[in-house]
Amino acid sequence: MTATEAPSITQTSPDVPARPNAAATPALSIDSISHSYGTRRALIDVEFTVPPASFTALLGLNGAGKSTLFSLVTRLFGIQTGRIGIFGHDIGREPSEALRLLGVVFQPRTLDLDLSVMQNLLYHAALHGIGRREARQRADQVLTQIGLADRAGSKVRDLSGGQMRRLEIARALLHRPRLLLLDEATVGLDVKARADILSHVRQLVADEGIGVLWATHLFDEIMPGDNLVILHQGRVLARGEVAQVLGEAGAQDVNSAFMRLTGARPGIAAP
Amino acid sequence: MSSTTVNGRHRGFSLAEYTTCLNGIVWREALRFLHQRERFVSALVRPLVWLFIFAAGFRQVLGISIIPPYETYILYEVYIAPGLITMIQLFNGMQSSLSMVYDREMGNMRTLLVSPLPRWYLLFCKLLAGTAVSLLQVYAFLLIAWFWDITPPPLGYLTVLPALILSGLMLGALGMLISSGIKQLENFAGVMNFVIFPMFFASSALYPLWRVQEGSPMLYYVCQWNPFTHAVELIRFALYGQVNWISLAVVGGCTAAFMIGAIFAYDPSRGLARRGPAGGET
Repeated sequence: MTATEAPSITQTSPDVPARPNAAATPALSIDSISHSYGTRRALIDVEFTVPPASFTALLGLNGAGKSTLFSLVTRLFGIQTGRIGIFGHDIGREPSEALRLLGVVFQPRTLDLDLSVMQNLLYHAALHGIGRREARQRADQVLTQIGLADRAGSKVRDLSGGQMRRLEIARALLHRPRLLLLDEATVGLDVKARADILSHVRQLVADEGIGVLWATHLFDEIMPGDNLVILHQGRVLARGEVAQVLGEAGAQDVNSAFMRLTGARPGIAAP
Repeated sequence: MSSTTVNGRHRGFSLAEYTTCLNGIVWREALRFLHQRERFVSALVRPLVWLFIFAAGFRQVLGISIIPPYETYILYEVYIAPGLITMIQLFNGMQSSLSMVYDREMGNMRTLLVSPLPRWYLLFCKLLAGTAVSLLQVYAFLLIAWFWDITPPPLGYLTVLPALILSGLMLGALGMLISSGIKQLENFAGVMNFVIFPMFFASSALYPLWRVQEGSPMLYYVCQWNPFTHAVELIRFALYGQVNWISLAVVGGCTAAFMIGAIFAYDPSRGLARRGPAGGET
């Protein structure tokens, strides 16, 4: 599957409205977030936004705090200090409204391997209160679009790694969210599967207007037109459009900018 | 559970959405149960071994006097049947919590916890799903036990149902509470030893409390404070169309307490927040 062939998930109107002034509201706003595990500080005063219909890369080495941040945004962890908003809905005060607008692909696989592809999708739909008939229609639709229609009855454990990731992305979009979080979604995949998934997600941004936060430690997944947030040892070192970040760092490419900002050795985050 | 209106926008969830969510969770639990046939078999074999072997051997040793709800002398097998039913539910509750620890380690639990429906409701649905599975096991056991001359009144099979649901919820909630405090699957074996065996043996499941009192007054008080004892007695009385009000109160209270504890422990700002990310994540 190339970028032009990347399937698109048709997003009709979202199931839940955003705030009335949604056009001016960031898809995701992270305000002064700090988080500690005991005495170890995982995030320190993290602050950035993800605009709607944009691709924002969250770049950081292993241990930078990306997964902790995702756990906070998805309300798996409670917020210790700061505020997180999804289209203006505070995740702490209005979790239901915020989570309805959010789709997530976690770093570890979260599919039930013993259930079929279709059963996994129907289970997810049920957790969002989507009725059986509607859920089946949406599932058929997304399975066709990701090229897995003929595998609907297959056990998930029989799928390849790339197919599982595509299924997870399709599942995350089943309830028609407006913000999609992907945490190291291409880890463990071969080069082609990585490219397919990345182009698929970029297509979603372009076609459906979904805001995407893409956490990665791989420089080659970042394109010049993206927004970029560099997270290192729990702190945001730079944020803005890629060109802006490069300019501020006085670097020619993302790799060099990252090395200058973090002091990391060259090639440390190569795929 | 009703919807509300905030900032001029329709909010909340409809009854249909709550019901869909409950159906989905129960359906998934049932599918998993069907896929794990050996779990069903082992859940039945365990009490049947106690019934066919242990009870047969102890029948002559342990005489049972006439105690409520029984109106005449009974076989030892008849006496321990409610205890074995509750044992099925205890194991099922712990098995469910084991699967929650497994799901959390494998990441599946996140699918549940990032649902927009209230977390207390999601956990309650999970609890109901586990209880529904335990009911299947219990009625399968009762069917086999019927051929072993354990024949409560026909209406007893119906009147025991509410007691089974309540005790299933209590033991499931206890398992859920325990699972919230376990970081790794390997730690669960210790819990089995420290929870299941003491709860089962220090109860009225295998011998009436007056017998225990004769042997050890201290153990008698432990048995009386053990909620498992009251689950057994609730089921024993319900099987004969009667209500043991004290047991009902204890089981009801413990269900509420364990459930509140589990919800508290799975609250992101409390229990789960204290843990670090899963292995390999940052």
